[in-house]
Amino acid sequence: MTVLALRRANEFADPVPAPSAVDARDAGLAVTIQQLRKSFGRNQVLRGIDLHIASGEFITIVGRSGCGKSTLLRLLLGLDRPSSGHFRFGDGTDHAAPRGAIRMMFQEPRLLPWASVLANVEVGLGKERGVANARERARATLGEVGLDDRRDHWPAVLSGGQKQRVALARALVSRPRVLVFDEPLGALDALTRISMQRLIERVWVDQRFTAIMVTHDVTEAITLADRVLMIEAGEITLDQRIDLPRPRERGSPEVAALEGSILRALFRNAGAGEDA
Amino acid sequence: MKLFSALTRHSENLMQWLLPVGIIVVWEALSLAGLIPSRILPAPTAVIAAAWNLTLTGELPRNIWVSFWRAMVGFVIGGGIGFALGLANGLSRRSDRIFDSTLQMIRNIPHLALIPLVILWFGIDEEAKIFLVALGVFFPIYVNTQHGIRTVDPQLIEMGQAYGMSPTMLFWRVILPGALPSIFVGLRYALGIMWLTLIVAETISASSGIGYMAMQAREFLLVDVVVLSILIYALLGKLADSTARLLERWCLSWHPAFQRSRELDA
Repeated sequence: MTVLALRRANEFADPVPAPSAVDARDAGLAVTIQQLRKSFGRNQVLRGIDLHIASGEFITIVGRSGCGKSTLLRLLLGLDRPSSGHFRFGDGTDHAAPRGAIRMMFQEPRLLPWASVLANVEVGLGKERGVANARERARATLGEVGLDDRRDHWPAVLSGGQKQRVALARALVSRPRVLVFDEPLGALDALTRISMQRLIERVWVDQRFTAIMVTHDVTEAITLADRVLMIEAGEITLDQRIDLPRPRERGSPEVAALEGSILRALFRNAGAGEDA
Repeated sequence: MKLFSALTRHSENLMQWLLPVGIIVVWEALSLAGLIPSRILPAPTAVIAAAWNLTLTGELPRNIWVSFWRAMVGFVIGGGIGFALGLANGLSRRSDRIFDSTLQMIRNIPHLALIPLVILWFGIDEEAKIFLVALGVFFPIYVNTQHGIRTVDPQLIEMGQAYGMSPTMLFWRVILPGALPSIFVGLRYALGIMWLTLIVAETISASSGIGYMAMQAREFLLVDVVVLSILIYALLGKLADSTARLLERWCLSWHPAFQRSRELDA
């Protein structure tokens, strides 16, 4: 059991350590999206997205550049307003996630260069930064990504992979119920990438947040996801359930077969639609 | 190893004084040999003697203090207004639209060209000097503060918003620290302009201060005092710049450009 899972069990201090009690309060929020559209001027980026993501589900979204996947994430995060349509988290009201319940990992680490590694993780606590055990929580989360010994360093001295691990800790520290990833591993080398994927999968198994990850890498999408979605020209054109047991082996025949079929779909649709 | 690096650092520090000290030694030697007439340029020892005499009469400390006080008051007023307007115009498009083009217009007038007007307005009192210093200091601080705030990495601002920072928190945690390197460029530039303005203002219209001391000495052909005044300006300028650099090093220790010296220590 990891540090975080232990700590969480302690904090709730249920007389009977029933996992369902932890789930009810802390686990992932379901996300329901109905006819979501977004246009910039005359350019329709999202043309009616309908999607239900179950609580604690891990979905990955693949698609070519400019297909609208990043726009979808920005809408979910409240960084942009939809042109029409709805989305909601759990049973909540339209377009509003409970405070601190949704967190994002960006393509770049986006760490504050003038704040220590630990202070950067504390940024993730948002409005809870003032609570008494904020610093301990940040340290525990930093330990979770294996960087507790670098807590007093400046981000500038970390490697690319370490920076993204700090960014992951920052996203995790508020114990989000929805975690959104915008190609967070795109800039990492192959080995660092694989270890980051394992790390993300491990914390997801631990914490059971709902995960939505945009990626260009079809193998990555299949290794991590319960469902792989494909967005083409602002619409969902593929919704593939991945029922392989975890942790998944890259290079296994099942993964390879799925990868082949998704890649074929990507290329077929690209050929049918606008020229690639 | 520690001793060695301490020694290296020490000699690095000494290195910057090598040239000025060398110049003074050669100067003294040439004066002693009679190659430089003392009417043109007195020997360094003569300048030191003049400094000693003026210190004994109290004239030198008083004039240094007066000049220093003018510089600081002008700097605080001009720098403060420049910083405030730089913040406002960097943060708010509307404020920028109202003020910026007017300010850019005024910026193109050399502030020393206003000296006749300033003398008409304020006479040769303190206000005249302080006004000129404030005006000179205002623009570098204003321009660099505004530029610094404008060029803060928009990705970091977006991150702050996505992580639920309030506007106040966003300002203190993201925008201001991001603008600091540029603000420091403005600060150091402004300090240079501060002394320049003061020298000119004091030589033209003053009844005290180092510039006044120099002009009065000129009337009595006291070349040593004139040279002394110039040297004091040089030292005051160096002092201001070193202070700014120290501050910069301290505030921007996160910046990769300032981390080399720390690695040397380690």
